[in-house]
Amino acid sequence: MADQPILELRKVDKSFGPVDVLKGVDFAARAGEVTALVGDNGAGKSTLVKCVSGTYAIDGGEYLFEGNPVTVGSPRDASALGIEIVYQDLALCDNLDIVQNMFLGRERTHGLTLDESSMEQAAQETLTSLSVRTVKSVRQRVASLSGGQRQTVAIAKAVLWNSKIVVLDEPTAALGVAQTAQVLALVRRLADRGLAVVLISHNMTDVLQVANSIAVLYLGQMAAQVDRSAVNQQQLVELITTGRLHGTDIPGVRKGAPA
Amino acid sequence: MTNLEGPQGVDTDAGSGASAATEEPDVSSWATTVPQANSAGGYVRQYLQRVRGGDMGSLPAIGGLVVLVLLFSAIQPTFRGLYNFGNMLTEGSGPILLAMGLVFVLLLGEIDLSAGFSGGVCAAVMVRLMVGYDLPWPVTIAAALVTGVIIGLLIGWLRAKVRIPSFVVTLAFFLAFQGVALFIVNNGAGAHGDVRITDDFVLAFENDQMPIWAGWLLAVVLIAGYAAIKFSAQAARRRQGLLGEPTAVLAAKIGGLAIGALVVVFLLNQNRSINRQPIPTNVNGTIKFVSPPAVEGVPWVVLVLVFFFVLWTFILSRTRYGRHVYAVGGNEEAARRAGIPVDRVRISVFVIGSFMAAVGGIMIGSNVAAVSVQNYSGNTLLLAVGAAVIGGTSLFGGKGRVLDALVGGAVVEVIQNGMANLVQGNNGSSVQYIVTGIVLLLAAAIDALSRRRAGATGLA
Repeated sequence: MADQPILELRKVDKSFGPVDVLKGVDFAARAGEVTALVGDNGAGKSTLVKCVSGTYAIDGGEYLFEGNPVTVGSPRDASALGIEIVYQDLALCDNLDIVQNMFLGRERTHGLTLDESSMEQAAQETLTSLSVRTVKSVRQRVASLSGGQRQTVAIAKAVLWNSKIVVLDEPTAALGVAQTAQVLALVRRLADRGLAVVLISHNMTDVLQVANSIAVLYLGQMAAQVDRSAVNQQQLVELITTGRLHGTDIPGVRKGAPA
Repeated sequence: MTNLEGPQGVDTDAGSGASAATEEPDVSSWATTVPQANSAGGYVRQYLQRVRGGDMGSLPAIGGLVVLVLLFSAIQPTFRGLYNFGNMLTEGSGPILLAMGLVFVLLLGEIDLSAGFSGGVCAAVMVRLMVGYDLPWPVTIAAALVTGVIIGLLIGWLRAKVRIPSFVVTLAFFLAFQGVALFIVNNGAGAHGDVRITDDFVLAFENDQMPIWAGWLLAVVLIAGYAAIKFSAQAARRRQGLLGEPTAVLAAKIGGLAIGALVVVFLLNQNRSINRQPIPTNVNGTIKFVSPPAVEGVPWVVLVLVFFFVLWTFILSRTRYGRHVYAVGGNEEAARRAGIPVDRVRISVFVIGSFMAAVGGIMIGSNVAAVSVQNYSGNTLLLAVGAAVIGGTSLFGGKGRVLDALVGGAVVEVIQNGMANLVQGNNGSSVQYIVTGIVLLLAAAIDALSRRRAGATGLA
């Protein structure tokens, strides 16, 4: 963890009118690691992601990308930096096939016409490189895919663009046990390829299984960003629900009885 | 559909924490794809599976067409005549051209109820400039087409920017354009009422035929062009190391088109005139028996149909714009997030719809050699929408092809023509309306049911 984070937020504030949703939040994501972002409903996870993606502009604090301060004012700015967000509702077109979805809005062309064979090959290569073997044919329509396969396609779509950071919003929320395992394995492989993965999840088991680092938001403040190995499930739940920990000495975590 | 999941050998041991998940998966042993349909048999099986899953495309329409043609041919001697074949082609061309434009509108889940009268307004503009102001055909036709584009921009803007539902916008225009068309036909320089088309070029579309050789040339160009596209696509896929269509399937597709095109051209190149008896004619002061001119050759309107069919099919299936039309129709939010200019796409489909309404409107005028507002009434529009839907274009958006307009249009025309011949007399048109309505309902029901089936089987 000595190397510099690829994405770092310092003392970020965000408010909507009189409501302070984020209060001086620090957050860091490193290349090659899965950084989990957890927190109870209303803790500010979605707002934080929208600040990262450029959907919301931050009110105060610093946004550092590869160590340099940057201004991310729109989703296009984020894409230009190599930040891809995979939203919970996936944003896939059911009536198009896998290749068409993966290249949606960024189709390759030969002059006027679509370069179908090169897109198909690139999609196939990306899925192969992610060791995705659950998809029968890349020319299948997305409507015929299971939830896990759709998630896989959505993630592969984000990876196709040589992105550096992939933010996954609840990727396993609607999946069964086996499919969850497949998606988590894929998440792990993304990090192993050198990407920084930010995983938002409500599922503690998932988080503890794949994350290298866990950031806990509590009522708009960063309660702690700790190494996976530093906490167990019980401590994590305590952090999420109270924002602090009893008796244990973990750096960066406030101690003491719940407020 | 468990076979789609593949082997489920992923480490599901959650308790072992991050260290277990970090293990490098054994990539080498994983086949990335299940064998594809690389044989003709596999291809056919895959097709049948799609059909069973509810993706029937034009299949119900083609089946219906065959049944209807056989039925009417069996009970109607005039229906099966060669003359009627040419007649149906020219009569049906207007609604089919309208339907081609409506396919784009329907692909976005929108509707254009005003398309019929938009065509009427455009045709009225053309005939008024032609008759009242004696302008040449290139100007009058261009004016009609530009009128179509402007109407489309207006409808599209009201739908996409002002956000009035297209049903309401186009219902309002349905009423208003009827008035506008009537106004143009009844006012201005030149004849009023049902204004006769005087320009030979415009009349030729529906009333004149291509030379015999030109018909054959058209067929040959079509077949050669289709084969060239198919083979070059095949070659491109092979270069990328991808599986192409099985050669047998490729040959069957090209062969099927070749047989169809050649048979149609052959039939149309026969003399299909009903009156063959020499008739007494005054030739330079003496009465002679002269044979009436032969009616033979492919009607010129077929060239228009082929041109727009190829153009729109190309745009829809091979260009980035076409892909974006499907994307916006399938999931607007996904399209927006992918950076597709959703509003611009939405406006553009109405422009294409109204432009094709103008083309269809001109052809309807050419068919009856006059522009009369009643020829663009509600029935025209419903026949065109019916053609697209019967052909397999979904009313729910995201699914449809230009081919649907052709196949569905043929069904609609066969019903119109067959019923008109069958039930001549006082109640002829009433039966015709009822039957067309039932067929439209049937097509919409097939569309809705196949969607449900597709949802149930997970195939679409």
